[in-house]
Amino acid sequence: MNYSQILLMRPELSLIALIVFYLLYDLIAGEKGRKYFHLVVSLGLVAHIAYNLCPTGAVSISEGMYLSSPIIGIVKTILTFGTLIVVMQSDLWLKREDTVIRRGEFYVITLFTLLGMFYMVSSGHFLLFFIGLEMASVPMSCLVAFNKYNHESVEAAAKYVLSALFSSGLMMFGISFIYGLNGSLYFNDLLQTITASPAQIMALVFFTAGLGFKLSLVPFHLWTADVYEGAPTNVTGYLSVVSKGAVAFVTLTILLKVFVPLLGEWQQMMWWMIVASITIANLFAIRQKNIKRFFAFSSISQAGYIMLAAICATPVAMTSLVYYVIVYMVANLAVFGIISVVEQRSNGKVGISDYDGFYQTNPKLAFVMTIALFSLAGIPPFAGFFSKIFVFWAAFKAGFWVLVFIALLNTILSLYYYLLIVKAMYITPNDNPITHFKSDGYTRVSLVLCLIGVLVLGIVSSVFGILNAYSFGL
Amino acid sequence: MVPMQYYLLVSTFMMFVGVFGFFTRRNLLTILISVELVLNAVDINFAVFNRYLYPEHLEGMFFSVFSIGLSAVEAAVAIAIIIVVYRNLENIRVTGLNKLKD
Repeated sequence: MNYSQILLMRPELSLIALIVFYLLYDLIAGEKGRKYFHLVVSLGLVAHIAYNLCPTGAVSISEGMYLSSPIIGIVKTILTFGTLIVVMQSDLWLKREDTVIRRGEFYVITLFTLLGMFYMVSSGHFLLFFIGLEMASVPMSCLVAFNKYNHESVEAAAKYVLSALFSSGLMMFGISFIYGLNGSLYFNDLLQTITASPAQIMALVFFTAGLGFKLSLVPFHLWTADVYEGAPTNVTGYLSVVSKGAVAFVTLTILLKVFVPLLGEWQQMMWWMIVASITIANLFAIRQKNIKRFFAFSSISQAGYIMLAAICATPVAMTSLVYYVIVYMVANLAVFGIISVVEQRSNGKVGISDYDGFYQTNPKLAFVMTIALFSLAGIPPFAGFFSKIFVFWAAFKAGFWVLVFIALLNTILSLYYYLLIVKAMYITPNDNPITHFKSDGYTRVSLVLCLIGVLVLGIVSSVFGILNAYSFGL
Repeated sequence: MVPMQYYLLVSTFMMFVGVFGFFTRRNLLTILISVELVLNAVDINFAVFNRYLYPEHLEGMFFSVFSIGLSAVEAAVAIAIIIVVYRNLENIRVTGLNKLKD
């Protein structure tokens, strides 16, 4: 093997360099240097995005174990961008008394999960895929337990780590049968040997069950609400957007690269999972009282919409999936940024009723939240509308018109519950609303970035065109 | 030589004992042990498939080795979290983990 090939993994290598630098910075920089830690981390991530912004050509290392193509590079940049926003929003939380000495750990662990996602996204072999997945999910449970003196956080972490382990066990069981039946784990070899025999279908079912846990699709969603509620708010944002986006992309690439002969079985399975995820999550979201729990159910139903793109397995579907993930990312991170800053400034208020009268005291934040919610619900001028249209269009062209119809009905339902929060903020009277506060600079910048994303991504149609031009290479 | 099916029977049995334990045990450590049973069943599967069906490559063995390493990592993190649970609750029964619900 030619070891200079390793230098071709540009995004991974630069991220590893960043991680090592932050580890050393945490050790060496004294009290004075650590004051600028947050700035250094944010700037480092910006530099990382800038360094990897130009998509590289196709790369294949060690006989196709590590694969990269322009669309994979774009996905990595998107994931880094999401991480940057999450890191920026976490400044207030990390300045708290109990977390301030552990802030270095937060940055390093977060970046390690990001590294795992990078490897997962560009894997060409089930071993690398599995290592990447574990690297993304095991440190994540440490992040969920980050408020370790808080019962909720610890409980969420226990639930998360055990269900993540169990789901990866199921997934590995599926992979072991794929290996036993085909004799290889390279995606390229598997494509030639896989057939629709019952044993292969069983392997696919186990594999999909494992992925379903990570994506929190409905029969496997039971951990989601508890973990999202208990985890620190910024970590919840990270879980719901970055981690979910990476797994969704991987699901589609594995489907396109490996399970092509099993497409019919896969589509039937996904059909039911999508209908269940969208409908059940929407119904449960209506009755939630806690805003983080509410957005857990909202993210389950959004995962259903993302999978709507993954069900058709065409290049256009790939484009719409990536586009949906970007739009969902900016809107959801705007929401979580606001929830986080409100929680920090008001001593942990996270009930939906706490937001009554929010517009009277904090009109700007209420306005940003409203626009983000409109985008999540898919109201026309905002990006969410366009992303939903592209996903529906891709599924419709592939012939899933009943599914698209059910999804459309559910969009109306989701509009109702997103508007419940808008109503709470603008209309419901409250004698004792959250007092007026100033958000910190980092949160402001991140919210402005998200707001620009929500407003611009939909209207500037060239974004979809650029993505589409690259996704054909896959 | 023992036929391959016997090994697969053992590993499948282990797998489902693990699944059963995961759903029925009431102690975090026994739940973790059940999950480890699932992971070990997978390791047996890989080794057996490699040895019997594809002895010319070592891909399955490599996967087993990596998965043993990864399950050690997972066990370390899970036990660390169980210790934190103990510090908060003074026990590790799942019945104590009931604050987060509708």
